[in-house]
Amino acid sequence: MPTNEQRVLTGSHFMNGDTACAEGALAAGCLYFGGYPITPSTEIAERLAHRLPAVGGAYVQMEDELGSIVSVIGAAWGGVRAMTATSGPGFSLMAESIGLAAMTETPCVIVNVMRGGPSTGLPTLVAQADVMQARWGTHGDIQAIALAPASCQEMFDLTLRAFNLADRFRNPVFVLADEAIGHLTERVVIPAESEIKRVPRRAAVLTPGEPFEPFRADETTLIPPMPLPGVGFGAHITSLTHDERGYPATDAVTHDRLVRRLSDKIALFSDEITQVEAVGLDDADVAVVTYGSTARTAKRAVTLARQAGIRAGILRLISIWPFPDAEIAALSARMKSIVVAELNLGQVRLEVERVARVPVFGAHHAGGALMPPEIILESIKEAARHGDGNRSRSTPSRPLAAV
Amino acid sequence: MATEIVVDRHPADLLLRSDRLPHIWCPGCGLGSVMSCYTDALMASGIPVERHVCVSGIGCTGRVAGYLSLDSFHTTHGRAIPYALGLKVSNPDLKVAVISGDGDLSSIGGNHLIHAARRNLDLTVICVNNFNYGMTGGQAGPTTPYGATTSTTPDGNVEQPFNLPHLVAAVGAVYVARWTSLHVRQLRDSIRTALLKPGFSFVEVLSPCPVGFGKANDLGDGIDEMRFYRRRSIVDDNANLEDVGLTMSEDEPIVLGNFVNRERTVFSPSVKKWAIEEVLNGQA
Ligand code: SF4
Repeated sequence: MPTNEQRVLTGSHFMNGDTACAEGALAAGCLYFGGYPITPSTEIAERLAHRLPAVGGAYVQMEDELGSIVSVIGAAWGGVRAMTATSGPGFSLMAESIGLAAMTETPCVIVNVMRGGPSTGLPTLVAQADVMQARWGTHGDIQAIALAPASCQEMFDLTLRAFNLADRFRNPVFVLADEAIGHLTERVVIPAESEIKRVPRRAAVLTPGEPFEPFRADETTLIPPMPLPGVGFGAHITSLTHDERGYPATDAVTHDRLVRRLSDKIALFSDEITQVEAVGLDDADVAVVTYGSTARTAKRAVTLARQAGIRAGILRLISIWPFPDAEIAALSARMKSIVVAELNLGQVRLEVERVARVPVFGAHHAGGALMPPEIILESIKEAARHGDGNRSRSTPSRPLAAV
Repeated sequence: MATEIVVDRHPADLLLRSDRLPHIWCPGCGLGSVMSCYTDALMASGIPVERHVCVSGIGCTGRVAGYLSLDSFHTTHGRAIPYALGLKVSNPDLKVAVISGDGDLSSIGGNHLIHAARRNLDLTVICVNNFNYGMTGGQAGPTTPYGATTSTTPDGNVEQPFNLPHLVAAVGAVYVARWTSLHVRQLRDSIRTALLKPGFSFVEVLSPCPVGFGKANDLGDGIDEMRFYRRRSIVDDNANLEDVGLTMSEDEPIVLGNFVNRERTVFSPSVKKWAIEEVLNGQA
């Protein structure tokens, strides 16, 4: 029997998605969680409030999400793996300091269990409408890294991976889950501790007598090694535009050099991040591009389409940001048309349209319930009819009542 | 015959990033002497310099972190305190202080301030109060006295200001003091006491801002504004904190002192010590 003091709960479990996310964080070595209760992510906080102190970590319930994310950034600089979890309204509050994390190259994980928005919206019901917010929610040019779990197993696996990507790229990483996955309960297999891969943080080395430059990047990875406070670096870390010494700078050359490096260190290595799953695409004419809980109902839609004589398959995005341009371009070269299925009014569809050279159709609704397979099926049929034509405009999204 | 004294070193040189000087502060600003009191207090405290971390928010005072040769974090506006919380909880060996302005700490960061005091987080907060938003050019804030003129209260401020010592004491701070940037010895001693006090300590420093605040209120140069504060100052450690609110009136005192020094259970969550080694070698 696993005990509460065990960081990795090796074994087969029947667990909800939020709990699996918390266990993924623990397996990754997360020792700090700063959070604020919000449906439908609260179970992550509750689980970690219970588990973290028992494994030598700390859970702090902050006064708001502004504080949550900033305490996580502080904890990451303190030297530990740190995370917060929230949902739409809390994610909006965090937007400010997600920029701070990107600017100061702080490895940390932010889980957003998406619910219906805008505003308070549908606190207890599913949506996938924060995809563009994850990409562009903070001001300025950043590169986002976002993973989209479609099962409780992936809530575990991708949370663990998010920590590794955060340390690999010294950047905040998003787990863009949705309410249906967060509140789903199914089998989760947690591997043996020896099989858990943890990417080490690249630590700066203190050379006495030599000036230390906290933002002098490694030329290959474009990532500077990270100093620890309390051991004598005397490093200054600022949210202002800064040079390699970490000193504020106000000239265009330094600013462009910094922002470009922050972008390039991720964009140039996006193939190390991109993760997609192809299902039934080998003989397909129509591909459904989808992610998260919608990928599950898309399977039913594809089965129905095949019964109706349409050769359809699925390309499931496991990572959404950086956007898998190469995979979509390759898909577009093989398909006659593409359907994008998602619980929003067309956020990932915009990206697919940017890359694809075949007609793109959208299967959308705004959230509040799982995506009905019928909506996707209808889009697949339409895509099959127009597949040989010119690049068409996406179908307008349909009110749910029309199904 | 006068002997020429050539000083090529400052006692606080060890703690200053001399390659970043001169600083950006205006002539007559009180921030230089506050920074000097802070470095003197740190040296007098006996806290190993490499273990002391300075965190600041955004604004004129927020720039202090960047001039100190310490591990220092210049964060986002209002967020220095939760940042300090994360550092302290994850790395309990650190001695953490926040130095920031009145607007940063009590307006945009006000929620973090009261909650850190409530928790009794082991943190020293030095709040430099210049009664306005100086960096953005002299707008009113939550400490601007009633009736004072600023660029956003051209006809006089119609709002009541915070009485910061009363506020933080009411929500749980275990050490509360107020001085002006002219009271350098008292201020240094007070910051030293605060740095060594377990739990949430708060030192308010009234500081002249001739450019942002003094000019609009006919207070003259920095030195004149300083005199305006000095001639009204009285020291009363036992003052009733309800009564130490600040006004613009020549006839009303500015009450200074080491007001509160008491014990409360200190906020305790912390990460075990070996965690950091694990992260660095991937054994987390
Ligand atoms: S604006 Fe005021 S507080 Fe800021 S540097 Fe100038 S005098 Fe000092």
